[in-house]
Amino acid sequence: MATRKYLSALAAALAFVVLTACGSTDDSATVEEDSSSQSGTDQKEGESGADSKWFDQATYDEQDEQRDATFEGDPEKPYLQYIDSEMRDTAKFKSSGAKKACFANASISNPWRQTGWITMNQQLKVLQQQKVISEMETRDAKDDDNTQIADIDYFIKEGKCDIFIISPNSTAAMTPAVQRACDTGKPVVVFDRGVETDCATSYIHPIGGFAWGIDTADFLVGNLEKGDKVVALRILPGVDVLENRWAAADKIFEEEGIEAVDYFTGADPAEIKKIISDELAKGDVQGIWMDAGDGAVAAIEAFEDAGADLPVMTGEDEMSFLRKWEETKLTGLAPVYSNFQWRTPLLAAQKIFAGEEVPAEWVLPQVPITEEERSEFLGANEGMPDGHYAKFGGEDLPGYPEVWQKRQMP
Amino acid sequence: MSGIGTADAPATRRDALPEHHGSITRRFLGGLVTPGGAVFVLALVLFAAVVASNPAFGEPDRMVRFLARSAPIAIIAMGQYFVIVAGEFDLSMGAVIATQVVMAGNLIGQDDSRILPVLVAMLAVGVLVGLLNGMATTLLGVPSFIVTLGMMLALSGLVFYLTGGAATGNPTDNFRSIGRSGVEDVPVIDLLPYPLVILVVLAVFAVWLMRRPYGRTLIATGDNPSSAAVSGATVWWVKTRAFILSSMSSTVAGIILVGQAGVHPSVGQGYEFIAITAVVLGGVVLGGGRGWVLSAAAGAIALDLLFTLLNFREVPSTWRDTVQGVIIIAAVALSGRAWRSGNKLPRMLRRPEADPEPPIPPAVPPPATGSQSAGTP
Amino acid sequence: MSTSTVSPPTQRRAPVVRRLDTTQLVYVALLAVIVVGTVLTAMSGRSFFSSGNIASVLTLTSTLGFVAIGQTLVILVGSLDLSVPYVISLASIVGGGVMNGEESMIVPGVLAALGVCAVVGLANGLVVTGLGVHGFIATLGMGLIISGYLASNYQGNYGSAPRSFQLVGITLFGPVPLSTLIMLGCAGVGVLMLNRTRLGHHIYAVGGGREVSRMSGVRTHTPVVAAHVLCSVLAGMAGLLLLSRTSVGSPTIGNQGGYDLMSIAAVVLGGTLLAGGRGSIVGTIGGVAIFAVIDNVMSVMEINSFLQDVVRGLVIVIAVAVYARRAIPRRATRFPDRATAVTIGDTP
Repeated sequence: MATRKYLSALAAALAFVVLTACGSTDDSATVEEDSSSQSGTDQKEGESGADSKWFDQATYDEQDEQRDATFEGDPEKPYLQYIDSEMRDTAKFKSSGAKKACFANASISNPWRQTGWITMNQQLKVLQQQKVISEMETRDAKDDDNTQIADIDYFIKEGKCDIFIISPNSTAAMTPAVQRACDTGKPVVVFDRGVETDCATSYIHPIGGFAWGIDTADFLVGNLEKGDKVVALRILPGVDVLENRWAAADKIFEEEGIEAVDYFTGADPAEIKKIISDELAKGDVQGIWMDAGDGAVAAIEAFEDAGADLPVMTGEDEMSFLRKWEETKLTGLAPVYSNFQWRTPLLAAQKIFAGEEVPAEWVLPQVPITEEERSEFLGANEGMPDGHYAKFGGEDLPGYPEVWQKRQMP
Repeated sequence: MSGIGTADAPATRRDALPEHHGSITRRFLGGLVTPGGAVFVLALVLFAAVVASNPAFGEPDRMVRFLARSAPIAIIAMGQYFVIVAGEFDLSMGAVIATQVVMAGNLIGQDDSRILPVLVAMLAVGVLVGLLNGMATTLLGVPSFIVTLGMMLALSGLVFYLTGGAATGNPTDNFRSIGRSGVEDVPVIDLLPYPLVILVVLAVFAVWLMRRPYGRTLIATGDNPSSAAVSGATVWWVKTRAFILSSMSSTVAGIILVGQAGVHPSVGQGYEFIAITAVVLGGVVLGGGRGWVLSAAAGAIALDLLFTLLNFREVPSTWRDTVQGVIIIAAVALSGRAWRSGNKLPRMLRRPEADPEPPIPPAVPPPATGSQSAGTP
Repeated sequence: MSTSTVSPPTQRRAPVVRRLDTTQLVYVALLAVIVVGTVLTAMSGRSFFSSGNIASVLTLTSTLGFVAIGQTLVILVGSLDLSVPYVISLASIVGGGVMNGEESMIVPGVLAALGVCAVVGLANGLVVTGLGVHGFIATLGMGLIISGYLASNYQGNYGSAPRSFQLVGITLFGPVPLSTLIMLGCAGVGVLMLNRTRLGHHIYAVGGGREVSRMSGVRTHTPVVAAHVLCSVLAGMAGLLLLSRTSVGSPTIGNQGGYDLMSIAAVVLGGTLLAGGRGSIVGTIGGVAIFAVIDNVMSVMEINSFLQDVVRGLVIVIAVAVYARRAIPRRATRFPDRATAVTIGDTP
């Protein structure tokens, strides 16, 4: 009997190995799901590229154009620039006196959000001095849709808010709550990730994920050859702004014959290193694409550790990447998701209460940092921690540079 | 009292009981059948599969680098082993790793002279966390699941708060070389990574420790705390030391990860569940009392090999979780079966019934003077 | 041998606090937390007892409450359920997918979602009993299996909830949300089940001592499987509640609230022994309420979210430490008119 157990244990172990070796069955399972997925040997999970659920040709084309659009406003104040489009009349909100803002924040769980949050609070101080805003009550949802809905409902009932500022955690899930905020008749400003209703007084965001994808993929394609391999490191699944970036980039990679394979990393540097060293073990990797720059350093180090040629790489305007980029002199690009957008909501509030028109959809500039511009940004942000974002836009705010250097959480 | 076998007894010495049953080969094969031994077989099978998918992997220097990369998980698996074999859980490992990593990043900076003091401080923090975990579990009577859960929340919250969510940056390369470089100019493999050296040293230490009285007492305490207490073990100190070993292992893993991964607050997240999975894969029973420390390390390496295999086989990364789930259920189910059926050798490996029962010595008649027998009321 | 008369030892009534069992102590703690919370809220310029604040607190209790009730059953029986986050996501996906915005599909959607969850619970229970795997590992593995399935087949939202189903998530009766009432209803059913039905008594028996129950004639597998099924179904209800509030199914919503570890913490905070066999749903609800009040007060005071984690961690450990050595929850005596009846839970 014990013999049987011994053999069965060994058999089970072998069975698992065989099972895992049959990766193709898993692939076919996912491929069957999508009616419109392409045939071929794509080993990617779910739909890919142009067939992805996240891809929308109309929005893609729109954002492609917006990359070259002219922006109204002073280029020295990019956080106030916008593309000329439908404007909202805010005369009905015009009133004097300091107002109370209520901010429902998705979270401060990553360095990008933390940097923006610090910037926003410094902007608040300026407006408080000017007696435009009396106070800003903030509720942090810790990345939970359910909590954020409760936060917004709390603000509606108890907040005595004059204006609602919302950074939604998820696009579709937060839509009912934002709609309820709009229904109160008070001004609502939505920024960063959007929602599926346009009831807000203004929806503030940089050009968008598709533009990011186009900028980065074009850069990689321009510096690589057909048939080269790109490893795409993606932070999380299911976040619209991130998924759009990959959908656009993937489409371009396919069209241009670049072999791209994507992984989810959770921004864990150890995981990133593992993924890349496994990929390098399988063959050469010529390019790295990231949908967010957190962990970029680990990716570069993985190449160094393996003794392989450094890749062509797109990261983000996080200081860690910019510094490593300069140190290694690799061919790179730092796309930005305009961290200075965290200043705009309060400034929009100021305009709204002054009765000035604001764009219904406030599209901010989104300009990647190229190699030529890199040293300028490095110099401007010299004492900043690695998790700081170069385009934070707060150089003229009080507390610069100590508040960001020490990264004091408000 | 007059006894059997005194001066008049025949002077036959019974053979001393043999120290082990069976030859070393039999014992080795017998060990392989146990869950703790089977994990080594699993690791070898997975390794063979990986090399089959990618022959370059079999080169010595690649293999050595792979082991170095798995070293942090293997080390924390050994740490978690001590806690699990004592019948407890340690869910705070990830938070301790993150704390150590951020401490290194923020306190050392680019100043080489600070490496040693900060290292000492990091080890002290590790001991402190283990002490708190252990004492709260044993002296306050709170289940270890809850204590280490609370520690995980409190510690990671504190670390994130004090650093504003992001560390200042990577510390000096000298400190990071612990994780990134190694002994150079070694024949055959070129570079012997330091993490691998650390892993081997700690593995030897762990095996030695388990053979000491402490190790035996630890297993006894995990198996049955009341009888261990009654037998004279200070249960609370035994368990607390297990927790200290666990958080020290997290500290060492953190030190290595500073080099390997760099400084980032999300380093180490979820590692406690990987450690528990590795320990369980290595045949250690949840609830304590059984298992071998090296099986835990082997379980960690087997897990890492499994993920590498999935990677080489191009299994979509989204299905990795499912495979991991199936494997751990199967591994525990099988090892639970095996433990219950006893560590019996398969019939073919058992030795033939060569030794009959030793003969019962003939009853010796009591000496003539019988009135001395005791016990009559 | 002469038998000497032994006079009964002098009985001294223990002080009131000593005589409280853990469930009652949880509610004392809840009261203390509310008092402290009221003070702190007032210091921030608000009223704890305002309608919006109470609604916010009670809303926080609903989702975690469903999960914690189920977790209580599983822990009572000596097991654990770590798969709840994925079951929640699965329920929201299945519910949203079947409903797909159609009013007529609400009932089929709910039934389908709860049915799928029941199957998952059944699988959990069978792995625990049939394969002899510890609940921790069995449900951890099952959760991972579901996680892989969700990640591979669903990217982003799936399906949607029709308008009238959405109302379930936001309807209030004064300050009390409908969802809280439903949750308390489920808790009530659970309490009845545990105290009045054979299954309930078997759950306590198997949790208290599996071998002894087996020898006493209890089928030890049934309560365990039943507890797991009920736990998964209740997690499914939490998922449906989330579907109602967000109006879309999401494959990641279950992971957002830390439901696995926080539900276990709430259960232990409520006085249930992690080893099984002793505890009550009433205590668990108290534990969930304590967390909700603390979270609410910290939000009102705008405490940094990282510090909130520190507070939560400390509260969990300290609270459990305070009554870890206490009397275990009292259970109703079965035969109170018998002269030899002994009340379980008398202080040692």
